[in-house]
Amino acid sequence: MTRTTTSTAAPPPAPAAAPDPGGRRTRRSATRPRTWRDHPLRRVTPWLFLLVPLALLVTFTYVPVGNMIYYSFTDWDGVSPDRDHVGADNYVQLFTRPELFRVFAVSLYYLAASVAQIAIALWFATVLSFDLRFRNLFKGILFFPYLINGVAIGFVFLYFFQDGGTLDSILSFLGLGGDHAWLGDPESANTSLAGVSVWRFTGLNFVLFLGAIQSVPGELYEAAQLDGATRWQQFRHIIAPSIRPVLSLSVILAISGSLSVFEIPYIMTGGATGTSTFVIQTVKLAFQFNKTGLASACAVVLLLIILLITWIQRRLVPDEKVDLV
Amino acid sequence: MGRKTLSAALLATTMLTVVGCSGGGTPNANETAVAPLNPNGVSGTITVLTNRTDLVQNGTMKKYAAQFNKTYPEVKVEFEAMTDYEGEVKIRMNTENYGDVLLIPASVAKGDYPKFFAPLGATPTMKETYRFTDKTDVDGRTYGIATFGTANGFVYNKALWKRAGITDWPTSPREFLDDLEAIKEKTGATPYYTNFKDGWPLSSPWTNSIGSVSCDSQASDKLSAVEKPWQKGSDLNVIDTLLHDIVHEKLSEKDPSTTNWEASKTLLAKGEIGSMLLGSWAITQLRDAAEKAGENPDDIGFMPFPHQSDGQFCATLVSDYQMAVNIHSDHKPAARAWIDWFTEKSGYSAQEGAVSALKSEAMPSTLEDYVDNDVKLVERSEAKTAEVNAIDNASEIGLSKQDYRQKLVDVARGAQDGSLQDYLDDLDRRWAEAARTAGS
Repeated sequence: MTRTTTSTAAPPPAPAAAPDPGGRRTRRSATRPRTWRDHPLRRVTPWLFLLVPLALLVTFTYVPVGNMIYYSFTDWDGVSPDRDHVGADNYVQLFTRPELFRVFAVSLYYLAASVAQIAIALWFATVLSFDLRFRNLFKGILFFPYLINGVAIGFVFLYFFQDGGTLDSILSFLGLGGDHAWLGDPESANTSLAGVSVWRFTGLNFVLFLGAIQSVPGELYEAAQLDGATRWQQFRHIIAPSIRPVLSLSVILAISGSLSVFEIPYIMTGGATGTSTFVIQTVKLAFQFNKTGLASACAVVLLLIILLITWIQRRLVPDEKVDLV
Repeated sequence: MGRKTLSAALLATTMLTVVGCSGGGTPNANETAVAPLNPNGVSGTITVLTNRTDLVQNGTMKKYAAQFNKTYPEVKVEFEAMTDYEGEVKIRMNTENYGDVLLIPASVAKGDYPKFFAPLGATPTMKETYRFTDKTDVDGRTYGIATFGTANGFVYNKALWKRAGITDWPTSPREFLDDLEAIKEKTGATPYYTNFKDGWPLSSPWTNSIGSVSCDSQASDKLSAVEKPWQKGSDLNVIDTLLHDIVHEKLSEKDPSTTNWEASKTLLAKGEIGSMLLGSWAITQLRDAAEKAGENPDDIGFMPFPHQSDGQFCATLVSDYQMAVNIHSDHKPAARAWIDWFTEKSGYSAQEGAVSALKSEAMPSTLEDYVDNDVKLVERSEAKTAEVNAIDNASEIGLSKQDYRQKLVDVARGAQDGSLQDYLDDLDRRWAEAARTAGS
């Protein structure tokens, strides 16, 4: 809506953000062309409505981000009332210390996990979109983990992976041994943590996919069934194209999510044993070593990396309008 | 709307950012917070920030306040307890609203004390009455009084050690390791518990032991000038090598990544854990745990770091949090009155089994073993803590943080690549590098 008004702003000068699209406006401006200018209040009205949300948005999103960018050019320690501008020093330091970027390797575990996560969610969403017994129960079970607070999940799984904890007990009950320090070495710890993250976020992907699948009109399936399409063919030609936008959204979320993993590893291991991620490292720089300036620079760089990846991804897989009918 | 709105939003953002950054003038800095001569003359409500959530919840703090009100009837004391004390107070200190009396957070640089806290007196006079004044001494003025001090050492289960046939304190790290080995073989208990997951038991107790090895009260200060703090024979080398060897010889818990501090207290009381390096403040907590578990609280013993200088054990005596008065406080006399009363009259440090900040007070009963066995208590100087912290932060090693020792434990148990010597060399290299840059 907003875009159309800017592009056609020339002939009637007034309607900067007119709430009504084309038709009615032309009629009014034809009969009483001057009213818009005579009533400045009418121009302001939409902005008055926007005032509160915009104020909230600016106060809680743009000002903090602006502050963060500002801090990234200072040597502030996070407490001291004094801070000096150091120019791009923090950024130079960041890019001349390769060890600060090494932690991105840990993100690969989470990236691999999110591939599995999307596959699992897609499979369940497809299966549960068909008429099935206990369908709603299964939906609930799958979505439930996403509703639990991340800190609680961290603690639950801490006991789960404990030496002689739930997982070990189950494994030994099944006769599969069960004497493994799951969080003990980097590889197994990162895999375990990525597993927890799959457990937690599958529900979200599942709901997104299910929503997209259910928005496909039922006649399509009926028609397909009448034509003798199998379930796989229905998936391939009806479901898959219709959920493409949601799928690409999930991929973006998965990538940015794996780059900025924080809660679960921070609570469960505190970043010890090679499980530190970029965000954990940033938090430690800011709150342990009092390098708020450098940490802000890290945060800015992470933001840019995610924006860049999203942009590339959108270029590679453009968001085409899907039209099934 | 596109461009115009966007630029307007950006402009608004920038302006708000600038406004957000300025603000907060310099307060009237130099007046000393002095306790009033006439207790009836002070009034007002003071807020005391504390990390002791347990004491606020169980009403102990309220009882102290009631006692305090017998002397100062007009002063109302309110407590704010925070679980994440460091994190929360650090953020609140960006405003003027951080209580009237607070514990000085470790993250505040010493040079900034005059900007945040009211001076409590001239250091030379404060020194006569109080211990640990050099920790908060800036330019001849003292900004804090310690809540209490703790001596460092290993908490151990006497009964368990006796069962393993050990009656004397080990006098060298090697002997200590042999004793742990004996405990493991003869009793099957976990000889040492690192508390790896909770982290802090790897940081402060070990780092506080700097000085226990060399028996030098300047040991911590010397770090500001030394090129290689981890070179052979140095305090840090001996300390970290001992930790490495304990873990490397499998004398610690099997899965360090899921340890639990609260549970470890009971385990030690029951004799399932042999020892833990902690401060003397922990003794009362462990005795409580023993009582709750139905064990004998007298079995909880405390031994110094296994190292002798000239045939004598040494143990560092270090200050816990220090209480200070907010420079923006409207009730400085009342705030100071509370600090003085809390230090002198409340009996808090005795209750905690810790060393009082007052020089005139005797050692607490928890340290009887030390007094009886002639352990030399080294009151560690903190005069150069600011410089040491600056280097420490610049190097991102974190002497008082858990991360570098967690990595040491990982190296020791083979979860991460590397050897002890390589790791210590790397720490030395990073320290030296940071010392060069932080000095300038």
